[in-house]
Amino acid sequence: MSTATNPAGATTIQASSGFDVFQVRRDFPALQQQVNGRPLVYLDNAATTQKPRRVMRALEQFYCEDCANIHRGVHQLSERATECYECSRGKVQRFLNAREAAEIVFVRGTTEAINLVAQTGGRQWLAGGGEILITGMEHHSNIVPWQLLREATGATLRVVPITDSGELRLDEFEKLLNPRTRLVAAVHVSNALGTVNPVAQIIRLAHAQKTPVLVDGAQSAPQCKIDVQELDADFYAFSGHKLYGPTGIGVLYGKREWLDRLPPYQGGGDMISSVTFERTTYNKLPYKFEAGTPNIAGAIGLGAAIDYLEMLGMDNIIAYEREVLDYATRRLSAIPGLRIIGTAREKAAVISFLLGDVHPHDIGTILDQQGIAIRAGHHCAQPLMQRFGIAATARASFALYNTREEVDRLAEGLEKVREVFA
Amino acid sequence: MAELRDLYQELILEHSKNPRNYRALADASRTAEGFNPLCGDHFTIYLKLEGDRIEDIGFQGSGCAISKSSASVMTQTLKGKTRQQAEELFQRFHELVTGKAHNGQLEQLGKLAAFSGVAEFPVRVKCATLAWHALHSALRERASSVSTE
Repeated sequence: MSTATNPAGATTIQASSGFDVFQVRRDFPALQQQVNGRPLVYLDNAATTQKPRRVMRALEQFYCEDCANIHRGVHQLSERATECYECSRGKVQRFLNAREAAEIVFVRGTTEAINLVAQTGGRQWLAGGGEILITGMEHHSNIVPWQLLREATGATLRVVPITDSGELRLDEFEKLLNPRTRLVAAVHVSNALGTVNPVAQIIRLAHAQKTPVLVDGAQSAPQCKIDVQELDADFYAFSGHKLYGPTGIGVLYGKREWLDRLPPYQGGGDMISSVTFERTTYNKLPYKFEAGTPNIAGAIGLGAAIDYLEMLGMDNIIAYEREVLDYATRRLSAIPGLRIIGTAREKAAVISFLLGDVHPHDIGTILDQQGIAIRAGHHCAQPLMQRFGIAATARASFALYNTREEVDRLAEGLEKVREVFA
Repeated sequence: MAELRDLYQELILEHSKNPRNYRALADASRTAEGFNPLCGDHFTIYLKLEGDRIEDIGFQGSGCAISKSSASVMTQTLKGKTRQQAEELFQRFHELVTGKAHNGQLEQLGKLAAFSGVAEFPVRVKCATLAWHALHSALRERASSVSTE
């Protein structure tokens, strides 16, 4: 029996959101497999999501029919490839509600987007000192680039503490924010705790003293409705592969007023208007930041993923994941000895937990033997683990295709863990 | 699920709950840290060498059931052994957990043979060998640190 073909028991979820998860699951070939003799339950979505057929088809079409380099060929294929690539940029622009497509820079992923801002704007803003303000729940990708910048500029890195439930101390944020703060870099949704941070408030407070804000949207882009204009974010970064798209493609949104003023990130082809040995003039936005042949196929695949999400409707996805999270939270909380790490009032569909004194690595292995994929470890957020005085957690993270039956399988799997370690 | 029972054998679970020689040696002549940055497992091995012989050995730290029990069984096995015997056992143990051991070798390994199931779980080999890597390093240098990555 596969959960994908058994709609019994899913009626409540379907009825309340108008979202047919069993229909949706058919779009994801990877979900149709067995692992260790059981139907796969994939709950490692905060690490990466599975891809719908539509994304694979877009990649196949590009490589089978439209494969050419962009922005330079005069031939038919190059024109088609350029059109598809730029069309994807337009899709991202609408997805984020950016003012214009030129504010969308394709990069490798969230990590590269943050490094881009650190190495271009960061170097300008922090030349001769100043402070960078981050939160206590950042992923290493929103810590280490600032530490590198600190080494290069002598800047100071300040960290906003969090509460025991995993919420940001906004009062502390206000205290730490000062005229020397040159940049605030904050995660929107914590990958390790699921906490949804009040980024709109953070941005308002920072803007009150003209400090730009970079939002790490790696986890929020797939789980929240993003409107960069409404948020008034200066920079917003996300990765394609966590948004049901291909790996190796991501996006940096930046307000034109900032991007125009930043120096280029890398030098090379496509980012220039003219080159002589004496002098080079840079291309306009966004090409100034896209040196070299970009991940054309990846960008096209990301566009297809966005099409897919828009077809399902972000509101439906959000409502559905909310219900799965609530159900999973209830179900897991009922397991004796299980402790959820991260109990913020505003949470996305991520549950980090400990089970008695069983090490998360052992939990991961025993669940894997039952065909259940979760993540065990520090989730690239070691300072956050230190904050809670733990080395690691087990983490189940949910996506639009996960079902209640899969939550039940997880709960049963955890009973098995308890049995082994009884 | 049969593999699961092979991995989490009774002896392994028991040692992870009640690790032996779980203490720092105040008079240690050698110490070494073993660290797996991927999962955060972290152990310190304390050695008291008497000439070429391991007079006493202890460990402290935190990790999964496999890494902790492996450290525990290792300390039990190595007390009284010479450096060379310790290095040879590490070699054999490594062969065991990577599935390269011959059947005949199992008997010579004693309690260490309980880790034979690890061979079915390649990602857990690092857990099983973490303490051994630290030991290897301690035998070579006075104070050292090893990482599995």
